[in-house]
Amino acid sequence: MPNLTANLAGILSPNPFWLASAPPTNSGYQVMKAFETGWGGAVWKTLGIPVVNTSSRYGAINYRSSRMVGFNNIELITDRPLADNLREIEEVKKYFPDHAVVASLMVESRKEWHQIVKDVENAGADGVELNFGCPHGMCERGMGSAVGQEPAVLQTITGWVKEVATVPVIVKLTPNITDITEPAVAAAKGGADAISLINTIQSLMGVDLDRFVPYPTVDGKSTNGGYCGPAVKPIALNMVKNCAQHQGVNIPISGIGGIENWRDAVEHMLLGANNVQVCTAVMHYGFGIIREMLAGLEEYMNEKGFGQLPDFIGKAVSNVTTWENLNLKYKVIAAINADTCIGCQLCYTACEDGAHQAIALPGNGQGRVPAIIEENCVGCNLCSLVCPVENCITMVRKDDGSTHESWKDYMDSGKAPTEFNDKRAGGHGHWIPEPKAGLGG
Amino acid sequence: MAEYQTPTTEKDLETSFEQIKPYMNATMAYYESSRCLFCYDAPCVKACPTGIDIPLFIRQIHTGNLEGAARTIYDSNYFGNICGKVCPTEVLCEGACVYNLQDVKPIEIGRLQSYAAADMIRQGRKLYEPGPTNGYHIAIIGAGPASISCACELRLLGYEVDIFEAKSHPSGLAIYGCAPYKVTNEDVLEEINYLQEQFQFRVHYKQPVKTKEQIAALERDYAAILLGVGLGPTQALNLEGEGLAGCIGATEFIEQVKLMPLALEVGRRVIVIGGGNTAMDAASESARLGAEAVTVAYRRSKEEMRAYAFEYGLARSAGVMGLFNAAPLAILGEEKVRGVRFIKTQNEGGKLKHIPGSEFEMACDMVILATGQAKQSAFLNLIDSLEKDGRGCIKVNPQSFQTSRPKYFAAGDAVNGGAEVVNAAAEGKMAARGIDKYVSSSK
Ligand SMILES: Cc1cc2nc3c(=O)[nH]c(=O)nc-3n(C[C@H](O)[C@H](O)[C@H](O)COP(=O)(O)OP(=O)(O)OC[C@H]3O[C@@H](n4cnc5c(N)ncnc54)[C@H](O)[C@@H]3O)c2cc1C
Ligand SMILES: Cc1cc2nc3c(=O)[nH]c(=O)nc-3n(C[C@H](O)[C@H](O)[C@H](O)COP(=O)(O)O)c2cc1C
Ligand code: SF4
Ligand code: SF4
Ligand code: SF4
Repeated sequence: MPNLTANLAGILSPNPFWLASAPPTNSGYQVMKAFETGWGGAVWKTLGIPVVNTSSRYGAINYRSSRMVGFNNIELITDRPLADNLREIEEVKKYFPDHAVVASLMVESRKEWHQIVKDVENAGADGVELNFGCPHGMCERGMGSAVGQEPAVLQTITGWVKEVATVPVIVKLTPNITDITEPAVAAAKGGADAISLINTIQSLMGVDLDRFVPYPTVDGKSTNGGYCGPAVKPIALNMVKNCAQHQGVNIPISGIGGIENWRDAVEHMLLGANNVQVCTAVMHYGFGIIREMLAGLEEYMNEKGFGQLPDFIGKAVSNVTTWENLNLKYKVIAAINADTCIGCQLCYTACEDGAHQAIALPGNGQGRVPAIIEENCVGCNLCSLVCPVENCITMVRKDDGSTHESWKDYMDSGKAPTEFNDKRAGGHGHWIPEPKAGLGG
Repeated sequence: MAEYQTPTTEKDLETSFEQIKPYMNATMAYYESSRCLFCYDAPCVKACPTGIDIPLFIRQIHTGNLEGAARTIYDSNYFGNICGKVCPTEVLCEGACVYNLQDVKPIEIGRLQSYAAADMIRQGRKLYEPGPTNGYHIAIIGAGPASISCACELRLLGYEVDIFEAKSHPSGLAIYGCAPYKVTNEDVLEEINYLQEQFQFRVHYKQPVKTKEQIAALERDYAAILLGVGLGPTQALNLEGEGLAGCIGATEFIEQVKLMPLALEVGRRVIVIGGGNTAMDAASESARLGAEAVTVAYRRSKEEMRAYAFEYGLARSAGVMGLFNAAPLAILGEEKVRGVRFIKTQNEGGKLKHIPGSEFEMACDMVILATGQAKQSAFLNLIDSLEKDGRGCIKVNPQSFQTSRPKYFAAGDAVNGGAEVVNAAAEGKMAARGIDKYVSSSK
């Protein structure tokens, strides 16, 4: 039985799965239920001066038969009185002393920050999370992502909080910025004990084609909201990795963004997250998904022989390098398994129209299994990605593994193309049909 | 107790003839359409006799463009809804769907097709109007699928069209033949009506063409003539006792099932003789009308039946029993049928041999002969020097569907010897193009 105990800057929880600050952590009722179901921690819905929300508030992207692969909201921080929230935090901690309860906070003045930090500490919060990420509504009022996008302001406010905080301080970052490491470094400089990322991404979810207004629609008008859900995971993973690799960000990371199952969580952790937070998946399927997440994580750790979380946290970080360091001599090409191929010919049309014309159709009466034209295959992967049959197209290594030459090596040794018609270019001499052959097909 | 009770009300009929391909709702259509892979050079399209761009209309359904989907369907096949329901998709488009090779359920193409087409019909949304009139008149004999398909296409090209139909309803065997659990008469008539409202061809009902004089008049008054007369009544077997009360041809029996199912008295014990799809339909329908024991008797083996496996399966699921390698010798009875005398057979090097001394009798009170439809020889003989093939079907040019008599074109069962609605629809449309070429070149 692996030890699932997670430690984020001294905040302990029985497992690394926390609820992110969002509607699932609106109330003590929900958090109690979540803990009982198996969640390890919860970041309370952001506290501050209570707001007034709109109706409706959410939009979603459905992809083919999947609903909510992307989700967006225009909701603000809590609309409940602070006193009610504090009382409920206290009660939750009484029942679940070993679970992590973190208070997410968003206020304006130094005085307000000091006051609210003391209030939540008195209520028993194990930590505070500073919401510098909300990309809608609150930022118009100079809070949320308005702070997260100004590293200097972020650092100052983090400093204010650290003046009084006795529990660990987490700074939650907005992804609505060019370089995520800038606010991350500022947080560390300001004295933050950890960072959490990502908050939601500014977005419009689509447009009502009949009423000419985007979703979600509030009385005929809309506004940009925050994008999240499974579709944002790749963006989150990259930002988590960027922070994990940056020398100046020497504090632990709580990974957020597109986590729905144990695999997503492990991916975040392999790229440097000490624990993870989940919102959309719970809003979609409820607290019960934790059972699958816990079982999957345990199984994975058993299988890999990991006794505790630190055994694999950050394990993939060193395998992410810059493009210039990738081996240009590594060569794979596609191979089709004719026995499992179902003849949809999606690989053909993808390579033909969208890649390198390296797949041939069978002749008349020869069935429907396409063939790879090995000389033309650049090993881009596209065909294997579009193929609907699992493991039908595999990428087979063709080089002997004896040479490793990167772009950096090319530059150093003068092998890199430098002129417009340079013969050293990768595609030089590559077979491409004449333009006119594209007509009348 | 049999699977089914004898239906006595319209409501009972709905149970007996519950649709095997009911309409999808929007959610089902959304999910099912999402599964289509959008194959390149899709095998399903190649397997459709009318060549509907299946992945395109499925994608259009998925993106909420039902009108576009219906247009894609109707552009290739005027029997969009009917075909979606009655086509043997298992051996056509759905049988060719690549998912079969993955042992995954193929896309339900037929039901998706009906979903889009029926939506237009229900809304009465018009997709076509007749082309500018070109002043030429075309006569069509018969109002079956081949003829109606031809008529729609001709109207699109600007021709005036008169259809002469012997019976009182349009669509031929689509209404008088296709099994009631595949398509309802209402569905059939609504689609034909929908087509007629758009294309405005004229149908003259109860106007059989039976004489040389009529033919001569058509030749005089019209620029070209399409023969869409289909096939005739059930072929006689010349068995002893065939004329007894209680012995009926399958086509004639099914026509009664389709037109007056509640008035029809089906036997308690029914023997259906034959091994084709019509035999399966007649057996299924007898069972669904409350017959206690229905047997399909075929003189060869089960494997040699011409009926599609799923049609036999459908009959079995209605409670029908199979009797194989049994050839009928005589239908027994004095005034009424009381049984059939069979002899066992075996296949000796491809030749069917009776096994001497293996005669046996099986009791029944109804015999349905599903031994094929006769050709329309009497009618075809009205047209001088019209060439026929060895089977007695009208010979045509496979592209233009022109017969040996240049002014005559033919399509559907009368040409192919009995296929499906979709073949008739495809051929009728091609014949219209053939007629157009012929008429425009002889201007
Ligand atoms: C029992 C049965 C079940 C079937 N089930 C299916 C099925 O499930 N799916 C499927 O796709 N196909 C099915 N078919 C086949 C399908 O119905 C036919 O292939 C199709 O209807 C042929 O169309 P057609 O226009 O060539 O001829 P028909 O449909 O036979 O139409 C010919 C028309 O011409 C009329 N006519 C004939 N002679 C004259 C004349 N001298 N003057 C005026 N009018 C005349 C007839 O009254 C008739 O209306 C079935 C057939 C049968 C018999
Ligand atoms: C393989 C690949 C290569 C691309 N190369 C370029 C490029 O050379 N120049 C460019 O402006 N954008 C490039 N893009 C970005 C696309 O033009 C486009 O902005 C992006 O993919 C988003 O659109 P999409 O969601 O439709 O893919 C590339 C995208 C892909 C997938
Ligand atoms: S890997 Fe790329 S280039 Fe090679 S066959 Fe596949 S799609 Fe074409
Ligand atoms: S995409 Fe896969 S299944 Fe489809 S033709 Fe290519 S190899 Fe075969
Ligand atoms: S074969 Fe099947 S999956 Fe492919 S396009 Fe046709 S219906 Fe879609």
